[in-house]
Amino acid sequence: MTDQPPISDAAPDDRDKRDDVIIHVAGLKNSFGEQVVHDGIDLDVSRGEILGVVGGSGTGKSVLMRSIIGLQVPDEGIVEVFGEPMIGRDEHDAQRVRKRWGVLFQGGALFSTLTVAENVQVPIREYFPDLEPTLLDEIAAYKVAMTGLAAETGPKYPSELSGGMRKRAGLARALALDPQLLFLDEPTAGLDPISAAAFDELIASLRRTLGLTVFLITHDLDTLYAICDRVAVLADKHVIAVGTIPELLALDHPWIEEYFKGPRGRAAADAATRNEA
Amino acid sequence: MTAPADYRFEDGILSFTGDMTLARIGDLPQRLTALTEKPDRVDLKDVGRIDTVGAWLIHRVVRESDIPVDGASEDVGHLLEQVAAADKPLKIRPDARPAFLRVLNEMGTATITAGKTLYGLLDFFGATLIGFGGLLRHPSRFRGNAVARQFEVVGVQALAIIGLMSFLIGIVIAQQGAVQLRQFGAEVFAINLIGRITLRELGVLMTAIMVAGRSGSAFAAQLGSMKLAEEVDAMRIIGVSPMEALVLPRVMSTVLLMPLLGFYAAMIAMIGGGIFCWIDLDIPPITFIARTREVVPITDVWVGLIKAPVFGLIIAISGCFQGMQVKGNAEEVGLRTTASVVQAIFLVIVLDAVFAVFFSSIGWI
Repeated sequence: MTDQPPISDAAPDDRDKRDDVIIHVAGLKNSFGEQVVHDGIDLDVSRGEILGVVGGSGTGKSVLMRSIIGLQVPDEGIVEVFGEPMIGRDEHDAQRVRKRWGVLFQGGALFSTLTVAENVQVPIREYFPDLEPTLLDEIAAYKVAMTGLAAETGPKYPSELSGGMRKRAGLARALALDPQLLFLDEPTAGLDPISAAAFDELIASLRRTLGLTVFLITHDLDTLYAICDRVAVLADKHVIAVGTIPELLALDHPWIEEYFKGPRGRAAADAATRNEA
Repeated sequence: MTAPADYRFEDGILSFTGDMTLARIGDLPQRLTALTEKPDRVDLKDVGRIDTVGAWLIHRVVRESDIPVDGASEDVGHLLEQVAAADKPLKIRPDARPAFLRVLNEMGTATITAGKTLYGLLDFFGATLIGFGGLLRHPSRFRGNAVARQFEVVGVQALAIIGLMSFLIGIVIAQQGAVQLRQFGAEVFAINLIGRITLRELGVLMTAIMVAGRSGSAFAAQLGSMKLAEEVDAMRIIGVSPMEALVLPRVMSTVLLMPLLGFYAAMIAMIGGGIFCWIDLDIPPITFIARTREVVPITDVWVGLIKAPVFGLIIAISGCFQGMQVKGNAEEVGLRTTASVVQAIFLVIVLDAVFAVFFSSIGWI
């Protein structure tokens, strides 16, 4: 993947240094009133990796994602995406960076008044209004097909879809602009095991094909074992560890132990080894 | 390499150059479609970055004439395969019908919907009465807390806005009346106007409109979103009757509060009118009150107080009914909320006309 047209005014060597770090978060603090959610989060996501983010309920996984994509203004800290500072940017500059990433929200967040295919076209229409209508329709068609949705899903409205189909449609929309970076918020939550496994496979294959970097929030141990290169563990308002699953297990942290070595963790680990064998 | 996407066409070989990405695709699709001669091979060795849109364009060329692709790296080959695998026809929108049929269809649907809504409203009214009957037989199931809570939301919290509105309406009636009556030297009759119109009509009517906009719509939106979140279903499963827990407290509190609010509104409007009379017409409050007692028959108060609970019933029932009709998506909540307000105000005004005829015919003029 060669470089994009330069966006920042930063000196070239400055850019090279950070070239492989797609997301850089440092000293991030978030609080809602009295309740402190993050107290100094440090996290780097490298180009081309799938980073899984885990943590108990209420540890602020979604808040971390929202801070990175700019939906939540943190109290303090640095957030850089593609080497661009994201906090306090004016709307126009932020928008240029935003179109290089795609976001899949937990419930899909499809626009309810548009069909699935039209939902996929929304970002393309927004940024490339001059595109030929036939090509626009073709792009929507192959994006929808790429996410494994049947052709008859295209003209349906979100309320007519099942949860899994909505997630796939949401993913198709997130991929509309061929982003380099993908944010997924619990993509396999609420899916049956077959759909969940297919979704994992889909993300892994899209990563191979499109060279994506993926920031993945999940509770799904199977997903972690199957596709994540590294896992970041959120606990006690910090990122307590980042690494591959074996690296995390070597740390001897009680919560991590319980997470990965509990009954579900062992089952997922067994399944992963069986698949590799 | 950041050149925009382009192509060369020599000796039957179509060589793409530049970045074949969505941002840099330019007019390449149109130019490719306009190609008259069919290529024998496609060459990709001079291509920079490529994304799915670029791959799709290459796939379109290759698909038409089934020709080999040269110079594709492993990644690009993989991308082309993926895109080719995803090449399935897809409809973007549901099929559109001819305009004439669509108009007929919409007229028919609207008529059926109107009929069904009326039927549903009657049905819901009946269900509310039955629920109320059940409550009378088993008073222990009465949810005092829920009713008290609705009293606060529907009544107490509405006092300020209804008071302000009524005060201003009283002033406006007094002022407009005085201007017209002054032409006959009969400004003092502005007191008759204020006293009678606020107690008989405007007090309760304006209150009904305000309550419909404030509370009827809130009922529809609350129940609608509870239905969307499957809360209503959960209640039914647990054995809590949504009618008793959600609808009856709202209906009862609105029915009980409307007369109070209506009377309050009329009083505040009279105060507003009285203050105007005092300032503009030099009629002191004591005279205003004495005159009002002379000219306003007690039946005017009854007229207002009899109408008010009926209006309250209509507002609460249409709000709850529309809320319980929500299904599907969030947009429905908005539509149903609007429908509940429109329906409530419309029915209130229709019934107000019926009441006007009725009260005249029994001699409460």
